[in-house]
Amino acid sequence: MPEALSIRTAAESSPAAATAATAAPREIKVTARDVNVSYGEKQALFDVDVDIAARSVMAFIGPSGCGKSTFLRCINRMNDTIPICRVTGRIEVDGRDIYDPEIDVVQLRARVGMVFQKPNPFPKSIYENVAYGPRLHGMATNKAELDAIVEESLRRASLWKEVSDRLEQPGTGLSGGQQQRLCIARAIAVSPEIILMDEPCSALDPIATARIEELIDELTENFTIIIVTHSMQQAARVSQRTAFFHLGRLIEEGPTEQIFSNPKDRRTQDYITGRFG
Amino acid sequence: MTDLAVSRPVTAKPALDVSSDAAKARIRARYRAERRFRFYGIAALVVTTLFLAMLLVDIVSKGLPVFKAHSLVLDVAVTQDAIDPAGKRDAATIRAADLAPVMRDALKSAVPGPLGRLGDRTLVRLLSIGAADDLVADLLRNPALIGSTIRTRLLLSDDADIYLKAKGAVTSRRGDGTITPDAKSGAVAIAASGPAFAVDLARIKAVMVERARVLETEAARLDRSGGAAVSDKVADLRREAAELLGRARDPAGEETLDTRLPSLLLSINGGLVKVEKLKADSAVGTALLPLSAASASSDWSVVTYATPAGDRKITDLEIALLEHLRATGKVEAHFNTRFFTSGDSREPELAGIRGALSGTAWTMLVTLVLCVPIGVLAAIYLEEFAPKNRWTDIVEVNINNLAAVPSIVFGLLGLAVFLNFFDLPRSAPLVGGLVLALLVLPTIIIASRAALKSVPPSIKEAALGVGASHQQAVFHHVLPSAVPGIMTGTIIGMAHALGETAPLLLIGMVAFIVDVPQAITDASTVLPVQVYLWSDLPEPAFQEKTAGAIIVMLMFLFVMNAAAIMLRRRFERRW
Ligand SMILES: Nc1ncnc2c1ncn2[C@@H]1O[C@H](COP(=O)(O)OP(=O)(O)OP(=O)(O)O)[C@@H](O)[C@H]1O
Ligand SMILES: [Mg+2]
Repeated sequence: MPEALSIRTAAESSPAAATAATAAPREIKVTARDVNVSYGEKQALFDVDVDIAARSVMAFIGPSGCGKSTFLRCINRMNDTIPICRVTGRIEVDGRDIYDPEIDVVQLRARVGMVFQKPNPFPKSIYENVAYGPRLHGMATNKAELDAIVEESLRRASLWKEVSDRLEQPGTGLSGGQQQRLCIARAIAVSPEIILMDEPCSALDPIATARIEELIDELTENFTIIIVTHSMQQAARVSQRTAFFHLGRLIEEGPTEQIFSNPKDRRTQDYITGRFG
Repeated sequence: MTDLAVSRPVTAKPALDVSSDAAKARIRARYRAERRFRFYGIAALVVTTLFLAMLLVDIVSKGLPVFKAHSLVLDVAVTQDAIDPAGKRDAATIRAADLAPVMRDALKSAVPGPLGRLGDRTLVRLLSIGAADDLVADLLRNPALIGSTIRTRLLLSDDADIYLKAKGAVTSRRGDGTITPDAKSGAVAIAASGPAFAVDLARIKAVMVERARVLETEAARLDRSGGAAVSDKVADLRREAAELLGRARDPAGEETLDTRLPSLLLSINGGLVKVEKLKADSAVGTALLPLSAASASSDWSVVTYATPAGDRKITDLEIALLEHLRATGKVEAHFNTRFFTSGDSREPELAGIRGALSGTAWTMLVTLVLCVPIGVLAAIYLEEFAPKNRWTDIVEVNINNLAAVPSIVFGLLGLAVFLNFFDLPRSAPLVGGLVLALLVLPTIIIASRAALKSVPPSIKEAALGVGASHQQAVFHHVLPSAVPGIMTGTIIGMAHALGETAPLLLIGMVAFIVDVPQAITDASTVLPVQVYLWSDLPEPAFQEKTAGAIIVMLMFLFVMNAAAIMLRRRFERRW
């Protein structure tokens, strides 16, 4: 478990890391092999194989219902909460199989944070929203340290300026965009290694969206980010690599420019040119 | 862009029709239906409100008098000889002392006398058996008062109290002319200078005609319902009616005033004569209160007690005494604190709801302590942790069934299990609480599950997402958000338990218990059972108590329901 201090040291590390991710020897953070997922009788994912590089942004695109969220939720085992959901295959984070019975799911979820499609702050104060995770994992020994983590997280989610004077007010009282940034602050407060974002901007206006995209850019310095999006432009703007899902299969995966300028598969081409739907 | 399907040929759709006659008729029909529905809604509302208002008005009008009680305020000479001849001044002596003689003396000096043996006994019977309680309390607090004269409150008996609460029972008419009594006490014959009593005689005869008509109607009704069994009764009624009419038809005839006719009394020379035989110009009767002189007087009046003596619980003499005491300012109406401070009693004026209130409080405490933790934990487990399989389905269905089981069945269960098997004390709040807990548990579980279910899963997912365990997510986030709903359900369940009677009858909480219970194992009763017990008693004062206890119970329920609504308002969260 990374210490609270590691946020600050990480923040000081070079911004070159993000661009390095696209260069040849990629450090692989997440590996999926032969992942099949079914909800009861209905199979939602078929034989998904993918490698995701550390400290980069990977975008999942694809038509609705193709299984993007399903796959995303496999990476922090959030699917465990759905009783009928069955996952087979192998998903590794840092080379360790996360479906290994030895693995502690709760620990895993602390390492693999998640931001949901709809902002879902706890019905508690802004401070409590951010402090909840660090407190749970004993990342701060006293109030001052906790305050520091909260401030740092809110700053990195570029929310600090707006809420620094009303940390005690309920998080649910913020605007939609602010709530989503609060959720991002909450996710990064526990210093996860990977952040999963399921359509984080779908409920937001263009300005809030732009701020979150900026934020994602900054976060790549330290975190591995996997983002599901329905906006092709967003995928192009924020991600280094893009994966296209269709009908539960991973059709194509590659550097973002290549996917958008020169897709190998007809279906990818049809989708990104808006030929179906 | 949800599908790969290439555009399909679109078949021509009929255009939306808005202007044809059929369309207009459809719109009119829709408006009609809406108006009809609104009318039904309002009608339903009016009917329910009406019933509720009727119920409330009835109970409040019957029950409000219970919060008032009447006492006599008298100067009682507490002599050392009567109370504490040995001069010990200790509590035991004061408690053991017989205060009846000193109270009787105080009473006697408050009314004109002498009244004779019967009069004295009647006088003492005006007081409650517990009349001396306040006096004893005073003496215990301050034994130095023994030997002095104390102004104290002596509680009146229930019949006297009821009489004093009833309004307009006594009317008085100033008499004209001069009348002359022939004695000061005992049998008194009164001669008038003219037809001084003609008005009263006419009034009595009118009452007789009215009464005859009532008897005729009753006879006719019995006759119609038929049968040989009632034929004697019908004949009796007819005979009586005919006799009454016969007497009434003779306007000048002498009238004997029996107990089925209003009581007439002549107030003259400071005394009161009960009229037994009345003519237009003379009367014969008995002195209830002795006259000061057997001399002619022009300052006299006729007092009428409209309710016939046979239809009331209080005699003419008692009324005469009470009216005298009231006229001399000795009667005091005050708040009936005893109703809230004492337990049940055979004497209505001494009976209170304190015992039932304490019993209810203990019972509710047991119920609450058992129900809330068990119910909430069961709900959390079922809603959040239990595997979804056939067993949990069966449990769930049965919890819902349990909520619909008639409450008396729980009483039988309590009798069989808690009393007969576990041998717990009978009539105790402990067992009552256990039984009510069984009754309320399903309600609380169902309400709590609904409250837990209404917390959006996104909150739980958010907690899981930052690395909280399932249990932490539930206890840190889901449960706090569900608390208002759980509390509302709990309060409604408890309100239900508060009014529950049937199961408690079976476990013996229906006994007559005078002592206020001090623990959950003491024999006691609860408010609704107290209402049930009192409603069964014949004394009118107990009818009043019944309504009073209902008012207290309803207040409790209103407060609890108001609390539930307030909690809901205050903590209601929109997601
Ligand atoms: N909890 C569930 N129970 C049953 N089926 C589910 C469940 N969640 C998803 N599915 C099914 O799995 C398939 C993939 O769903 P998923 O949510 O992963 O789609 P998606 O790509 O995220 O779509 P969208 O872009 O609309 O969010 C769908 O066919 C859906 O019906
Ligand atoms: Mg989705």
